[in-house]
Amino acid sequence: MTELPAATQRSMGLVIDLDTCVGCQACVISCKGWNTENYGAPLSDQDAYGAAPSGSFLNRVHSYEVQPEQGQAQLIHFPKSCLHCEDAPCVTVCPTGASYKRVEDGIVLVNESDCIGCGLCAWSCPYGARELDLAAGVMKKCTLCVDRIYNENLPEEDRIPTCVRSCPSGARHFGDLGDPDSEVSALVADRGGMDLMPEMGTRPVNKYLPPRPKDRLAGNNPQDIDLLAPLLSPVATDAAGFLGWLDRALDKLPGGER
Amino acid sequence: MHPAPSVIVFTTLSGLGFGLLFFLGLGMPAARGMVAFVFYAIAFGLAVGGLLASTLHLGRPERAWKAFSQWRSSWLSREGCCAVAALLTMAVHAISAIFFDHPLALVGIAGAVLSVGTVFTTSMIYTQLKTVPRWNMFPLTPALFLTLSLAGGALLAGQDGQAIWLLILAGGTLLAYWYQGDSAFSDSGTTLATATGLGGRGEVRAFEPPHTGSNYLLREMVHQVGRKHSRRLRWIGFTLAIIVPLLCLLIPVTGLALKHSLAAVAVLAHMVGVACTRWLFFAEAEHVVGLYYGKR
Amino acid sequence: MTFQQPEVDTSPPVSDEIRKTTCYMCACRCGINVHMKDGKVAYIEGNRDHPVNKGVLCAKGSAGIMQHNAPSRLRAPLKRVGPRGSGEFEEISWDEALDIAQGWLEPLRKDHPEKLAFFTGRDQSQSFTSFWAQNFGTCNYAAHGGFCSVNMATAGIYTMGGAFWEFGQPDWDHTKLFLLFGVAEDHDSNPIKMGIGKIKARGARVIGVNPIRTGYNAVADDWVGITPGTDGLFILSLVHVLMKAGKIDLDYLSRYTNAPVLVNQDKNSPDYGLFLRDDHGAPLVINRKTGKLAPFDMYGLRPDLNGTLQMGEITHVSVFRLMAEKYLAEDYAPETVAERCGIPAPRIRAIAAEIARVAFDEAFELACEWTDFRGETHQTMQGRPVSMHAMRGVSAHANGFQTCRALHVLQILLGTVEVPGGFRFKPPYPKPATAHPPPHCRVTPGKPLDGPHLGFVQGPEHLALLNDGSPARIDKAFTWENPMSSHGLMHMVISNAHAGDPYKIDTLFLYMANMAWNSSMNTTGVMEMLTDTDASGDYVIPHIIYSDAYSSEMVAYADLILPDTTYLERHDCISLLDRPICEADGAADAIRWPVVAPDRDVRGFQTVLIQLANRLALPGFTHEDGSARYRDYADYIVTHERKPGIGPLAGFRGDGAQTGRGAPNPDQLDKYIENGGFFLTHIPEEARYFKPWNMAYQDWAVNLGLFDTPQPYLFQLYVEPMRKFQLAAEGRGERQPPDHLRQQIKNSMHPLPVWYDTPQHGNRGFTVNALTQRPMAMYHSWGSQNAWLRQLHGHNPLYVPTKLMRETDLRDGDWVRVTSPHGEITVPVMEMAGLNENTVWTWNAIGKRKGTWALADTAPEATRGFLLNHLIHELLPPKGDGLRWANSDPITGQAAWFDLKVRIEKTAPPQDKPQSEPDFPPVKSPLPPPPRDLAWKVGS
Repeated sequence: MTELPAATQRSMGLVIDLDTCVGCQACVISCKGWNTENYGAPLSDQDAYGAAPSGSFLNRVHSYEVQPEQGQAQLIHFPKSCLHCEDAPCVTVCPTGASYKRVEDGIVLVNESDCIGCGLCAWSCPYGARELDLAAGVMKKCTLCVDRIYNENLPEEDRIPTCVRSCPSGARHFGDLGDPDSEVSALVADRGGMDLMPEMGTRPVNKYLPPRPKDRLAGNNPQDIDLLAPLLSPVATDAAGFLGWLDRALDKLPGGER
Repeated sequence: MHPAPSVIVFTTLSGLGFGLLFFLGLGMPAARGMVAFVFYAIAFGLAVGGLLASTLHLGRPERAWKAFSQWRSSWLSREGCCAVAALLTMAVHAISAIFFDHPLALVGIAGAVLSVGTVFTTSMIYTQLKTVPRWNMFPLTPALFLTLSLAGGALLAGQDGQAIWLLILAGGTLLAYWYQGDSAFSDSGTTLATATGLGGRGEVRAFEPPHTGSNYLLREMVHQVGRKHSRRLRWIGFTLAIIVPLLCLLIPVTGLALKHSLAAVAVLAHMVGVACTRWLFFAEAEHVVGLYYGKR
Repeated sequence: MTFQQPEVDTSPPVSDEIRKTTCYMCACRCGINVHMKDGKVAYIEGNRDHPVNKGVLCAKGSAGIMQHNAPSRLRAPLKRVGPRGSGEFEEISWDEALDIAQGWLEPLRKDHPEKLAFFTGRDQSQSFTSFWAQNFGTCNYAAHGGFCSVNMATAGIYTMGGAFWEFGQPDWDHTKLFLLFGVAEDHDSNPIKMGIGKIKARGARVIGVNPIRTGYNAVADDWVGITPGTDGLFILSLVHVLMKAGKIDLDYLSRYTNAPVLVNQDKNSPDYGLFLRDDHGAPLVINRKTGKLAPFDMYGLRPDLNGTLQMGEITHVSVFRLMAEKYLAEDYAPETVAERCGIPAPRIRAIAAEIARVAFDEAFELACEWTDFRGETHQTMQGRPVSMHAMRGVSAHANGFQTCRALHVLQILLGTVEVPGGFRFKPPYPKPATAHPPPHCRVTPGKPLDGPHLGFVQGPEHLALLNDGSPARIDKAFTWENPMSSHGLMHMVISNAHAGDPYKIDTLFLYMANMAWNSSMNTTGVMEMLTDTDASGDYVIPHIIYSDAYSSEMVAYADLILPDTTYLERHDCISLLDRPICEADGAADAIRWPVVAPDRDVRGFQTVLIQLANRLALPGFTHEDGSARYRDYADYIVTHERKPGIGPLAGFRGDGAQTGRGAPNPDQLDKYIENGGFFLTHIPEEARYFKPWNMAYQDWAVNLGLFDTPQPYLFQLYVEPMRKFQLAAEGRGERQPPDHLRQQIKNSMHPLPVWYDTPQHGNRGFTVNALTQRPMAMYHSWGSQNAWLRQLHGHNPLYVPTKLMRETDLRDGDWVRVTSPHGEITVPVMEMAGLNENTVWTWNAIGKRKGTWALADTAPEATRGFLLNHLIHELLPPKGDGLRWANSDPITGQAAWFDLKVRIEKTAPPQDKPQSEPDFPPVKSPLPPPPRDLAWKVGS
């Protein structure tokens, strides 16, 4: 049924570290690979070798430039997939019950055999997390690798979403965000994890860790006061003076005195 | 939003059809026999044709029947249920009016309520979407659908008196919808800053898109229409949907033929005008996901 | 109401079988698990046990399945039937293909082996392909390093016995400050990403020095948007500031580097600028304990950094005194270099201060006893947690070698090389230049070459010159124009062969090198050279053989195509003899094996080389009686011995339990497959740092077969062989450079790192720097056309900095004409704010030629996509001295891609449909049209 469960037993989701994501697209293609072969219909590609190649992807990496009031522009890589919202509008709008949020772990899934491909769930999602597969005619979305995370055919350490497993820089974390003691919850608390579009009231489970402050070393602006300057106080003003210092310094080294 | 012909045809035709059914259900006119047959044929043709057109929008139309199950939570499901209920109820009413010359007043009233309910549920499919601020305007969006549907229904039903004030009401609603809609996105408070959570750091600008090619989201939900083009279409739409029919109704003419011709002009102009505003309804509606792609 | 949700099978079978092999989607060589269903490749993921990637996998690696099924795969050997460049071929049998190749090569080997030029591109089997070329007898062999990163590699080896990437890595577990210089996304891609993730999780900081703030520079805590080509100046300014502040590791410098070595300072001496050596050739230092001369490696020695010695008329001073004199000069003061580098002087100081703070205030010691080569035992290992990495960005300039030297010298001054928290070598490195062979070029018809082609010159005596002083090699590697060209100059082969300079060749044999497109400078010119005919109507380059697995742009320009397999259909070895995959804590090698059989009439290139070698009866490949030593490449991998007991693979030798040294083991490949496709042996704990001087490491390396005897050495802050070339240019010695090159050699080959501006003549009016980089999803990739990856990057805009956008009145999507002294292109633009304000850039090698890679002619790669290569020439614009100077580093010959200067002007967008210029006519594809749609699921 497309009514949302009153509560889920766990809130499984991702924590994505915007400070660490280098924008390499590993998660995007690894997701494409796993989900083409696994859950439901394959993620198809249209005009695959032609003028307008386009296919279904459940995870895409955007990039944004941020221009602070002072200082240099910053580039932020921004992976985005389903946020498995607590108040998932995509679930309640579904006319057939194909979209649902699982009670046991909060994963939002599409039961493809019930999906009529009306697209309304994709319309209702503010994050662009759902894409209608043109070959299958059904809605595709991130399953949080529901066919991996409990899969007894996989070694225990591999029971994580494929995007997390493949991420080279470790910018993606998976866990129970409903458990305040989980590692992901600790990360969120520690780093000020944030919701996307909180005003939408969707209460996303996935959180984003903001980039750490950048360009903090002084020297970009003339008015910067260099706190580290004492580290660089010269030992001499010219080469001759330097060699004098050198002799003294070498004498101080263990076993260095002449 | 992508102004897909299927949804434009659907909302335009079914709006008119259910508007007509509303009046027929209330016995306005209280047609019988062949006259009733023609009225009902038009009404069912429009309503059912619209509904069928809407299935063209589906990825798996053969499973459309599954859409009746989620009426508890889904406006789309409610619309389906309501539409079928309205059509069935009005079918009973029609059969009894056409073949038995015996309109069932209570059934008619029920059908009328269900018909207008169908239009309301249709409107709520759009109104409920917070993701499209221009649609997410209660009660303006439902009012727009309802007034246009009823005005069109009145026109088709030949209820000139009702049609006039309904057209005026619809015209006012349309203007109000456009006026408020133009600032709806900015009023919603959703920006690239809230979408990315990066707003506190500085001004956020979309850089490289995730893929160089297009995708479903961009095709379906990101449609940019030029401001000039949109102004022109609003004029055309408003003129055809509201002003022309009003003029047709208000011009004092004598002679049945002329009157019927004018009525036909009014109906046709109204239909084209509504389709035009419906195109704008979709094309001008911006989905917040466009923010992520640097497009709005 | 009760909530009823559908049953989901959360434990579906994942695959029938996992086959573990090595990725080849780029040069990173990660371990992969290939999941098989019904005998087909279903899914590819990283191998958790593998030393390179430890389970992670990049976008290319995961997209390998689309590379393996790509419609661009060649299907059978091809013989050209139309004119070169047309793409008209007919499919032939392998017998016919090998007959043709044999027919061309056999007479060459008999009379003029050098008339075969054999160059391999993205080759990962160079120890094998060079062995083949050596046995054929041609001196003309190299791979693609000359246009990639030879500056970095060579500068590293001459300076400290290794550079970055396959030579070494930051100590990710201990480093607290990581500095990245220049475009670096393109090598060691997964390990660097893993490392950055690891240190960020620890709260360590990253500083990125790069004109472009993408990728790693985007996550850098501080970004320095330097002006291209000035990295060396910036680095030497850091050296200036750090030295002046005394923030250098004197103990480290005195013990482990040639800083205390005495240098002859007598301008009139034939040894001016050379080291004072004892009778055995050991460099001499002053022992600070005694004040007396001593060989650098004497037991109990305290080398004096401040040493001087007067011997008769001749003054000798320590290298370090020379450095003080040079780098304390105001030429390198931040205020002097700030404007040139585009970095405010206070910023340079702030970065130097941060480096100093972390290196010295956050220094730490590991409690681990070790003994150095002088016999001294140390109770702890001193850590300096500053590490650095750079690759092609700082290399691909005409001052790249010296810039890379400066970077290595900076690390050494801080004492951060081979120490905890710093930069660490990976076996078989450290290995100094002196432990490598010199280049060999003596050709004897019908016989093998006199030794390995590529190596490290120690002075003019090692140059590859013929008796008349002319270049021995077609690419003019190891000549006075570029004496230290240790990777050869692949980018010069076609233009030299076309010009018949230094001589004509007969057959050009290329492997996986897209010379008719993105791997060449002056792409249009190269296409013309490849198709040019002489007076009699014959092609100027008579025969071209090319091997590739895919329908690349180069295919159309060859006469004979030997179709290779995909990487999942072949044997390969990633060997310690070659470019291994070791990590700082262990030695590793790996294999590829056919996890699926080819479904086309294709053969692994290395096996084809063996088949050719057998037909040509090449020694090394055949027995005395002419019978074949090796059936195929797999057989070679297992049974070949470079030296007795040492073969391509170090693991499971002899009875299967021997490591490094041991007899060939016929079951070796099975053992590798059982072990996950690789072999890894760890370095003992006490041998993990200070490797060049650590006797425990030296002994371990000898045991493993990396060396035959311990090879401790000093880091070469001062590179004496460079001084030898300067001496020659000053008129000393027997081998003398031509007069027109004397000044260039004097100016560029300083034995201490210097910065000089890249050649600017011809650049008047061209003031904007233009750069390229590969996107991470396509770096070093032979598969950017694959169905998944091309959706990420199907076309490339020119990224233009905000200021230049405004000045040129540009908005995203506008088109510009980009002009260089050499050519012009017309391309679309996109604004970028995090970009040096005088630099434009684009993603490289997205642009494709129409008719290639089995893409539609309307593919965005061929319409909107473009290459900057058209703007870059292999020669500099004429200077007016009657000579044409190479657009390359004068020391190594590395192609100076990143010296490009351009001008941009707004232009009208193309009529009717987008089309970047230049636009070439389509070549005819040798392949059937590709499928339109894909829904690739192999399991039921």
